[in-house]
Amino acid sequence: MARRAQPISALPGAGAALIVAALILGTLAAVALRAEAGRGFGGSDWAALRFTLTQAVLSAVLSVGLAIGLARALARRRFWARTALIAFLGAPFILPVIVAILGLLTVFGRAGWISQILMGLGLEPLQIYGLHGVVLAHVFFNLPLATRLILQGWQEIPTERFRLAAQLKAGPGAMWQLLEAPMLRRVVPGALAVVFAICLSSFAVALTLGGGPRATTIELAIYQAFRFDFDLGRAALLSAVQLGLTGIAGFVALRVSDGDGVGAGLDRALRRWDGEAPLARCLDVAWITLAALFLILPLSAVVVSGISGLFLLKASVWMAALTSVLVAGLSTLLLLLLALPMAAAVAMGRSALIEVAGILGLAASPLVIGTGLFIVIYPFVDPFSLALPVTALVNAVMALPFALRILVPRAREVMMRYGRLSLSLNMAGMPFLWRVFLPRMRAQIGFAAGLGAALSMGDLGVITLFADPEVATLPLQVYRLMGAYQMEAAAGAALLLLILSMGAFWILDRGGRWHAEA
Amino acid sequence: MLRLESCEIENGGFVLRADLEIPAGAKLAIIGPSGAGKSTLIEAIAGFLPLRQGRIFWQGEDLTGLAPGQRPVAMLFQDGNLFPHLTVAQNAGLGLRANLRLSQDEQAQVQQALLRVGLGDLAARKPAELSGGQQSRVALARVLLQRRDILLLDEPFAALGPALKDEMLDLVAEIAAETGATVLMVSHDPQDARRLADQVVLVAEGKAHPPVATAELLDNPPPVLKAYLG
Repeated sequence: MARRAQPISALPGAGAALIVAALILGTLAAVALRAEAGRGFGGSDWAALRFTLTQAVLSAVLSVGLAIGLARALARRRFWARTALIAFLGAPFILPVIVAILGLLTVFGRAGWISQILMGLGLEPLQIYGLHGVVLAHVFFNLPLATRLILQGWQEIPTERFRLAAQLKAGPGAMWQLLEAPMLRRVVPGALAVVFAICLSSFAVALTLGGGPRATTIELAIYQAFRFDFDLGRAALLSAVQLGLTGIAGFVALRVSDGDGVGAGLDRALRRWDGEAPLARCLDVAWITLAALFLILPLSAVVVSGISGLFLLKASVWMAALTSVLVAGLSTLLLLLLALPMAAAVAMGRSALIEVAGILGLAASPLVIGTGLFIVIYPFVDPFSLALPVTALVNAVMALPFALRILVPRAREVMMRYGRLSLSLNMAGMPFLWRVFLPRMRAQIGFAAGLGAALSMGDLGVITLFADPEVATLPLQVYRLMGAYQMEAAAGAALLLLILSMGAFWILDRGGRWHAEA
Repeated sequence: MLRLESCEIENGGFVLRADLEIPAGAKLAIIGPSGAGKSTLIEAIAGFLPLRQGRIFWQGEDLTGLAPGQRPVAMLFQDGNLFPHLTVAQNAGLGLRANLRLSQDEQAQVQQALLRVGLGDLAARKPAELSGGQQSRVALARVLLQRRDILLLDEPFAALGPALKDEMLDLVAEIAAETGATVLMVSHDPQDARRLADQVVLVAEGKAHPPVATAELLDNPPPVLKAYLG
């Protein structure tokens, strides 16, 4: 079919996609070649597979199920802290896993706040290690993400439809049938698939809250094969299995979350006329309160228990913090260099393959890529000397699917709205890039960069494979302090990590939106 | 003269045929039922849609393979004619230079064009701070600066009230008279055609018919147009 003319070239995007694909597929090929199928898939490997699937299904269903109620409550209530709470829902996604784990332990752990209350009542303390701990942590991370995805679906219902429904005197049942159910049918499968895919490659959560024969994910098994036994063949075999799993999940996520254009509505401040019955009100209030407590308590716990430790941090922690800042900076730069051209190319509808390359990051887990990169580079260089650049690169590739999710819809809009106008003004090429594309994308670029920086800052994944005892990023340092039972120092370092991650996100996201016209 | 020589334009499975000539300097309305291909026709002239067959000439020069920005064509779209992050002066200035590196002289030209459309004191505003009519005027100031031979209008004033729309059409006519541009305007309102256009191209049943004098066509509409006009 003949193509419409476009204001910028899709070639850089295709190039970036090619680099990403080469990196991911290349490391996967290395893994596959190295995998030793002969040794077979042992009993513990099957257990890891089963556990991985069980926890991912449970986490996805619980997160999305709870998110529907919470999103509905947030969509139809207006209250003073609403904006703050919705913004706060974004926090766990960029929250360093290790920080959240410390917070969850402080609240839900054996010696945590809730256990102390229970013991005060003469009951047994909570047991957080194992399947329910892993699922708890995953719900903590993904409930907010799922809520935001679903809330977005609610907000994409044009204001005019709500007005129409109000005029038609639609009751709760009719609202559900006319507006909510169709929207959920469109949004929920995508949310389920995304959460499932994320939980499949859970590593840091399993590393800290799981472990043992009954609570080991495949990612964790890869790490153990690699780090404890240095059995590259087995690590590679497990990686191949992990790849199959996440590949399928990622593919499904891509297919079911392909958002079609909903009718456009003018962006008026939304006023709702439904959900005024007392029962609906009480239900919504309960949802919002419980969810807010569930999210806020662990974070407050980190702050409360970290403050005293913050002033006792050792030089090694500050060193690790500096390392993390540098890695995050490099990773963010790489992320934007890959994501922006790809977003532009996808927005122009060029080759679905670019979109697939973008989503490959979801299909391949950090540990799989890490294993593959290790196999590829260790005949040539000492992989441990490349720990930091490799971490930055892998972090960038891992953040790419999320960055594209942020950038592509806006890029589409910019192309659709201003593509023809720019072409008719002969702005193709650099003028379009500098005068239209980048300025119109600024808020989204800032958001994506903030996300990439925070994710990289808090990442506890590939670095665990590559780091020697001399090198540590801040999350790894926190993990090591926890392992050495220096809990006060760990809490202090975790608070520092929290401040750095959130700070990086805040600065970049703000920078993007500052003085940006809608 | 704008000549469409046995053109076939494909747009999402639908094919529009056009074989016609439009004299230079004409003011022409394109009318016809919804979905008949009015926009398809002018998008092909602007270069947004490729031709499946045929050629387009302007004053004997073959435009067929040229990119939209290379054609002697300025176009106003139904909406989104302005960049919201650029000021009024910058939006107009794009008509002179796409990279907005304007010389002193060019900046003076921009100011001149804004004065001409009655926005002399709003140069530093952003589009969101303007009324619908003022936004249309900014776009027209840009058209003025572009100095292209052909001006295509894809119902850019459809959202304006009747009085304001008439005002804009008159301004278009004045600008066309000043620049000598050939104007092609998509419209679904025969009153617009009578107000601005001396000729009409009827687009119906997959075909763009050769231009006919406006009054002649509208006073004695063929059956397909009659059904549309009601």
